[in-house]
Amino acid sequence: MIRAFLIFLFAAIAMPSAAQDTLPPAPYAYKQLDDPDLEAKASDLMDTLRCLKCQSQSINDSDAPMAGDMRHQVRSRILAGEEPDAIRAWLIERYGNYVSYQPEVSASTWPLFAIPALLVLIAALILLRRLGKRRQEERA
Amino acid sequence: MRPVFFIPLALFLFFAGLAAYMLANGRFETVPSGMVDKPLPEFSLPPAVDGLPGASQANFIGGEPKLLNIWASWCLPCIAEAPQLERLKEEGVEIIGIAIRDRPEDVADFLSRYGNPYTRIGADDISELQIEIGAAGVPETFVIDGEGKIRYQHIGDIRADDVPEILEILEDVK
Repeated sequence: MIRAFLIFLFAAIAMPSAAQDTLPPAPYAYKQLDDPDLEAKASDLMDTLRCLKCQSQSINDSDAPMAGDMRHQVRSRILAGEEPDAIRAWLIERYGNYVSYQPEVSASTWPLFAIPALLVLIAALILLRRLGKRRQEERA
Repeated sequence: MRPVFFIPLALFLFFAGLAAYMLANGRFETVPSGMVDKPLPEFSLPPAVDGLPGASQANFIGGEPKLLNIWASWCLPCIAEAPQLERLKEEGVEIIGIAIRDRPEDVADFLSRYGNPYTRIGADDISELQIEIGAAGVPETFVIDGEGKIRYQHIGDIRADDVPEILEILEDVK
């Protein structure tokens, strides 16, 4: 019984690793760029790009092979002189806004930016009115 | 208490409920490619296995619409997809494969086990074309028309009931 359970357990652990490739990572998947300024540029960008294979991880945080291949794309494009914004746009063209963690004001996201400002404004108005009322009462 | 005092509580409960619902059901299961209806990007990949040529963008220009199948020998759903690709091949569809991060011996082994529906297989060792074409995983299949334009994307393995739809799309984009 225990043996069967152990075999099942090991099989369950072995399964996910069987569904991975065995090729070495792309050249720039784990290798930083020689120029620290360029590497910082690439790293900042990679922190705000979503790994497509994993939930809630940036490609900088992920060890998924595809995230490594995306890091290779980012680093080689930075090395070739492309701007981070152009690389982000290139990826968004392919995978949509889903691939980017950088919040952007657009037709569907503007309420996220407008509502908090509106709420602060309403709160300030209410507060002013109440304080004004209290002052009037004190004076009276 | 005036009913108006309950508005904040109601709002809070609404958002808490929405958050719980989205946590349980939300999340996009698939990431559609923005490259559909755009030209197939320029690429040229070496052969992924002995005996079959590699693949390039030029292979898609001219002639009938073709399928570009992104797959890998290490991908389990690709095994489930194999019979459907075989059926599409029997219907006369040309399928060009792109093997993602694969070894020639593993590709050969996969083809000998599950059959070979491909006329060509390009080796994409660093997911270059996969990213360029906007495929988020394996397998994915793209319909490319005779002018080399991407016309349709199928995400995940092709099931038996997807075959008629894909044949129809191949016919439509002729």
